[in-house]
Amino acid sequence: MARLSYREALNQAMCEEMERDDSIFLMGEEVGHYQGAYKVSQGMLQKFGEKRVIDTPIAECGFVGVGIGAAMTGLRPIIELMTWNFSLVAIDQIVNNAAKIRLMSGGQFKMPVVFRGPGGAAGQLGAQHSQALEYMYANVPGLKVVMPSTPADAKGLLKMAIRDDDPVIFIEGERLYGVQGEVPDGDVVVPLGKADVKREGTDCTIVSWSKMLTVALEAAEVLAKENISVEVVDPRTIKPLDGETIYQSVRKTNRCVVVEEGHGFSNVGAEIVARVQRNCFDDLDAPIERVHRMEIPMPYAANLEAMITPDVPRIIAAVKRVMYLPESKPESKPQSKVE
Amino acid sequence: MASIITMPKLSPTMEEGVLAKWTKKEGDKIQPGDVIAEVETDKANMEFPLEDEGVLLKLLVKEGDTVKLGDPVAVLGEAGEDLADVMKEVGQKGAQPQKKTDEPAAPPVAATVRAETGDREQGDTKAPDPTRAAAKSVPVAKPAPASKQAAARPALSVVQAEPANGNGHGRVLASPFARKLALEKGVDLKRLSGSGPHGRIIKRDIDEAAAHGEAAPSSLAYVPSREDQLVPASQMRKTIARRLIEAKREIPHIYLTADATVDRLVEMREQLNDSGTGTEGAVKVSINDLVIKALAMALARMPDANVSWTAEGILRHGGVHIGMAVSLPDNGLITPVVRDADVKSIGALARETRSLAERARAKKLKPEEYSGGSATVSNLGMFGVREFVAIINPPESVILAVGTTEKRPIVVTRDGHDVLEVARRMTLTLSCDHRVVDGVLGAKLLGEVVKLLEKPMGMLL
Repeated sequence: MARLSYREALNQAMCEEMERDDSIFLMGEEVGHYQGAYKVSQGMLQKFGEKRVIDTPIAECGFVGVGIGAAMTGLRPIIELMTWNFSLVAIDQIVNNAAKIRLMSGGQFKMPVVFRGPGGAAGQLGAQHSQALEYMYANVPGLKVVMPSTPADAKGLLKMAIRDDDPVIFIEGERLYGVQGEVPDGDVVVPLGKADVKREGTDCTIVSWSKMLTVALEAAEVLAKENISVEVVDPRTIKPLDGETIYQSVRKTNRCVVVEEGHGFSNVGAEIVARVQRNCFDDLDAPIERVHRMEIPMPYAANLEAMITPDVPRIIAAVKRVMYLPESKPESKPQSKVE
Repeated sequence: MASIITMPKLSPTMEEGVLAKWTKKEGDKIQPGDVIAEVETDKANMEFPLEDEGVLLKLLVKEGDTVKLGDPVAVLGEAGEDLADVMKEVGQKGAQPQKKTDEPAAPPVAATVRAETGDREQGDTKAPDPTRAAAKSVPVAKPAPASKQAAARPALSVVQAEPANGNGHGRVLASPFARKLALEKGVDLKRLSGSGPHGRIIKRDIDEAAAHGEAAPSSLAYVPSREDQLVPASQMRKTIARRLIEAKREIPHIYLTADATVDRLVEMREQLNDSGTGTEGAVKVSINDLVIKALAMALARMPDANVSWTAEGILRHGGVHIGMAVSLPDNGLITPVVRDADVKSIGALARETRSLAERARAKKLKPEEYSGGSATVSNLGMFGVREFVAIINPPESVILAVGTTEKRPIVVTRDGHDVLEVARRMTLTLSCDHRVVDGVLGAKLLGEVVKLLEKPMGMLL
């Protein structure tokens, strides 16, 4: 067990897999000589050489397509997108080719490709570079969507994503790269499609993932001081979604809040709410609450960005609503509520 | 000229009917003989045909409404006709004198036709609401029918939760989990006031109630809802209740019981049924068919018992028509009648009883098929009942209650010695109307039945 940052854990996962299987290669903008835009591929060019760590032009549609072709012909590419915002110029390749070739070829082609890169807002990057796009890819049959929230999950899930024979959308938390955590040494994997209870509790279930999971855990910590015991469930894989772990938690707590970074309409949270009400109807003591980004493109101003983004006070307010508790005064900071 | 269609008499004893289903809608053209509705009478679901031609201009009652005999149900006329006059007439026909002016105006479930034609023409045919009708002012020129508009008959009693826990909704609001928890802990939701929004009962309220001893004794934990419920009685059930009370009050019943040894009867039935096996159209004869046949033949031999007491005198029935009690799936009871059962062959009789029973369960009997009997057979043998006494089905004067066929020890005399043997026995109890059938006559009738059952070849003659 070593203490690693989230980016180091991802680096370790790729290196271990590439050492194990030489059909794996990494390709993307600045992954080689620049050592990665977010330094995730630090040292990999030196270790694996230019044939396996390939710098590309700024042409996402092109190199994403190259990755898909390589996967069809027997290699196992890891395609790094500098951020998932840039995937929008390559979305035709991902949605129309990566997601569908296996089915359309009657299973003659596998598609063992991982598209990875950071998602979500990272602070004053503006409307076009602050999006949380998991809902788009989760809506497409044929794609798996993975979103780790801790260094250990990042390593274990990326290893499994690389080994998967289907295309995996691997969305890293842009603000999680520096987060430190214990990571098991060696070849320890985390299966896709298995949620994890990140904090146990009895009064309310929060379902959240990626960066928002860390915010939810902060909120749970504050609520604990008010004797409200929150259980926090991290799906880790958005698709396929591990509903059963969520249902078990809600059946225990009878209340549910879903927290996500993206917008509310048609987002992953809506799907989770639909499934929970369907499967836990008789166990719900209150309507399920959602916390998500407000319905507006991300502003550049820091204060406005903070305003529309889910935060600890808004999560606390939602938990109190499902518990039928009076809401704290909006102007007070969460810490000031602690007695 | 538009004409008013009223509720017809669709069964001999019908006083009111439930309009079960409209089979035609407003605007439909009607040819003579067209069925415009199905009506649930006290006995069966009947078709409601019209003899006239025209266009169905207006339906005056909703499906499910109870309508008294002769009350308006629809208007027939020509397309585009002005209905003002006829609706006025409808209002008067529908109106009934109110017994007490201070009677609370119950929301009418039954079809009511308001006196004010104005309301009708505003298309308000669906939800008669006397309070609203009262609020609307009636044109001065028309007699303001304060008493008429309260034509609302007492409503059918309807299952309805009483206003609950003061939340102003008239029903219990509780979260799904609170409901589940209340069930588990035996907490009555109706007694709680909810602390959630709109008075919603939530987990916390159940926990508090359980902690304060609202819960049922722990041994009864997880008892599902056991509240009393008031459910509307069907037309048939109301008729059964009324007629049985009449029978038991009016008729001085006497009861005669005898056992029959039916080994031969059982054997004969097996032979009859075996003989038809594999033959197309073969019918299975039941024990009950043979009892019906025996009672019919016994009555034919004792015409003094084939009678009815009437106010005018003793009615001697020309034929022997035997009713058979059939229980219906929805907790109903009806007695279709096998006509001239004494002269019909056992095969014909068996075919007929099967057909009658099937159609009785489907509520497809015609009125003449369940009236005019001179005696009834009621059989609970298939439920293992050894013997019971039945209530006479007026205006009949006897009813035969048939118990189960079972092996019993009997004492018989063989070569001058009494010995115990095993025989198939059946206990029969005859209820007689003592006004016309005295004990001796009844005993002779019952003895004849027993004789026929014990020597069943006699029924083949």
